[in-house]
Amino acid sequence: MLQISNLRKSFAQPGGKRLEILNIPEFKVDAGEQVVLLGRSGGGKTTLLHCISGITRADSGEIWFLGEELTKFSEPMWDRFRAANIGYVFQTFNLLPAFTALENVLLGMSFSNTAADPDYAQALLKRVGLGHRLGHKPDQMSVGEQQRVAVARALANRPRLLLADEPTANIDPANQQGIVDLIKESCAEFDIGLILVTHTMDVASQFDRIDRLDDINLVVAEAAMSVAESDQGGDSE
Amino acid sequence: MNLLTIAIRSIKQRLLSSSLTMISMALGVGLVVSVLAIFGIVQKSFNANATLGYNLVIGAKGGKLQLVLNSVYYLSEPIENIPYEYYLEFQNQEVREKEYSGSYSYKAVQQQQAARMTMLATGLGLAAPAATITALATDLALEEQVAPLYPWTREGKYSAFTDFTIPLCLGDYVGPYRVVGTTPDMFSLLNYGAAGDKPYTMREGGRNLEHFHSENGFFEAVVGAVVADDRGIKVGDTINPSHGGAEGDEHETQFIVVGILENTGTPNDRAVFINMEGFYRMSDHAKPLENEDDIFGTNQVAHKITDAEYVLPVEKREVTSMLVRMDPLYSIGIENQVNEGNVAQAVFPITEIRRLLDYFVSPVQTLLLVLTVLICFMSGVSILVSIYNSMSDRRSEIAVLRALGARRKTVYNIVLLESMVLSMVGGLMGILGGHGLIAAFSGMIEEQTGVQISFFDLAPPLPIPVPLLGDISSEFLVIPGLILLAILVGFIPATSAYKTDVARSLGK
Repeated sequence: MLQISNLRKSFAQPGGKRLEILNIPEFKVDAGEQVVLLGRSGGGKTTLLHCISGITRADSGEIWFLGEELTKFSEPMWDRFRAANIGYVFQTFNLLPAFTALENVLLGMSFSNTAADPDYAQALLKRVGLGHRLGHKPDQMSVGEQQRVAVARALANRPRLLLADEPTANIDPANQQGIVDLIKESCAEFDIGLILVTHTMDVASQFDRIDRLDDINLVVAEAAMSVAESDQGGDSE
Repeated sequence: MNLLTIAIRSIKQRLLSSSLTMISMALGVGLVVSVLAIFGIVQKSFNANATLGYNLVIGAKGGKLQLVLNSVYYLSEPIENIPYEYYLEFQNQEVREKEYSGSYSYKAVQQQQAARMTMLATGLGLAAPAATITALATDLALEEQVAPLYPWTREGKYSAFTDFTIPLCLGDYVGPYRVVGTTPDMFSLLNYGAAGDKPYTMREGGRNLEHFHSENGFFEAVVGAVVADDRGIKVGDTINPSHGGAEGDEHETQFIVVGILENTGTPNDRAVFINMEGFYRMSDHAKPLENEDDIFGTNQVAHKITDAEYVLPVEKREVTSMLVRMDPLYSIGIENQVNEGNVAQAVFPITEIRRLLDYFVSPVQTLLLVLTVLICFMSGVSILVSIYNSMSDRRSEIAVLRALGARRKTVYNIVLLESMVLSMVGGLMGILGGHGLIAAFSGMIEEQTGVQISFFDLAPPLPIPVPLLGDISSEFLVIPGLILLAILVGFIPATSAYKTDVARSLGK
């Protein structure tokens, strides 16, 4: 379903030099497959999700998704594609404060070509356990509830792929498992592929496929290798 | 969820700042609407007075505008007076003879003729009458030659071209309001209104002046509506004009109020009209002549003040100005003739009023409009500042919308819509507020100008020679103007939203 090859991304540094963040020779996710990307902070996990969703353009390489080569899309095409096929759950929820839980979910339906479906939005909120909080605004809900709304919003367009960027990082331990379960179950229920980024093994260990960024991102791998070499050198000395 | 809903929600999210911005816009637009309405009132008021019912104003030589201001609007000071004989040049022989019948010259000729007859009768009885008879015959022949030259024996010089002439005698006041000495023709021959077809009517129980009334003599007054309301004057009351200004000495002569004019929206609402004959009979109003009592042995004013038969000598009369209606074909020629003479000047009042509007009122109106449009522009800038300042707080919201699939153009449009909603709601509040203000003052406006205006009355078209724009109410230009302003001021924050770096602005 998703196939990435030779993806490279770098950012300009203040001195004018470019800092390479991603160098991924190959990365694949099958339809409905749930993948955890495990890695340290600054390892390029979020940048990879941005590249897949089209929020950031890669410098080179190819991203194929549902038979389309996304890297050849113009920005508006990618926006439309993202609205229709990719759901996104952020670490900081990013609910819009002026809108109720139901409206935040409906907002997720507003930019695709299909008409907003309030019944489905309500059903999703009931599915995430917030059937009684439809009219509440984010500041009237707990963080756990807010992240549930964010999950419902990400599912609103019946996406084929859900990108979850450290979805439990801002949630108290008591609620973390609930969110992980919710994402996992929802993706399974709706046959949605999942790429969940985390740096905690507790979360990662609950999934069958765990990809370490050290393995798929050559930038991280080389950095890890050079650190290891310098450690060895130090030892030998 | 459509973009408008998203824009409105965003505005509601910043309710205080949005409300203040909208109020600022409402004040600006309210001012524009009020100024446009004032244009309309001035225009309507002008139109109401434009059909004056006469086409020439004749008065003493001096400023043309001053003559119009004091004779049409009862403003400014009268220039000087012109001789009554000049006024009589616009009258037919019959009127002239009647008017001249009280004159000293007329009486002198009468006396001369009577003396001649006496001499003739006496001469015929003399022994040697031949010389006397010859002298008398010569005298009579001379008289026959001279008689047509007497002013009362001929038609007035301009009477053949004149429909009517209404004399005005100015100089006195009732409180701050001008007293106008005139004839009953003022309200029986003149009409008012935009089409000049509305006859002057009196409030219940009132009537027009009479030349002479059996009870009131020459001392009747008709009072304009504004004056009556302001000073609480009713029919049957008496008024004592004061001389030379509001603070001047009151004349002893009392005038009986016989009519209160219905509100007309003309300057007549703000004046008091008295019988011209009564005007002359007030102390020091009749023009003093040298040695008149010595020659004629009578005080022309004091003893005959209420005598209907008594005609005040023409020599003792003057008028400040006169309103003349004549065939427009001749009016230009007459105007030239009058102006070429050294007694008076003739002025086309409409020309002067238009000139006044063009040179003074229109620039002031334009200045007001420019100022209010600038105020609106300032309100627009406050919208810009309000939205632009909110952009830094909303950067992550915009990024979220973009992450949810909104295109750059979509977030651009959302911000632009916000600007439009703020402008339009503020503008609508301003339009309603402006009309509310006009409605609140409608009573006062009608009282002062005679222009009836209500909440639903729209401002007139702007005086611009552009097809369509010159035909529709200028208020209809406010709405597209606001949209244009909203686009202009929304452009900068919308562009900022358009350029939002999603990856950088998005919290993880």
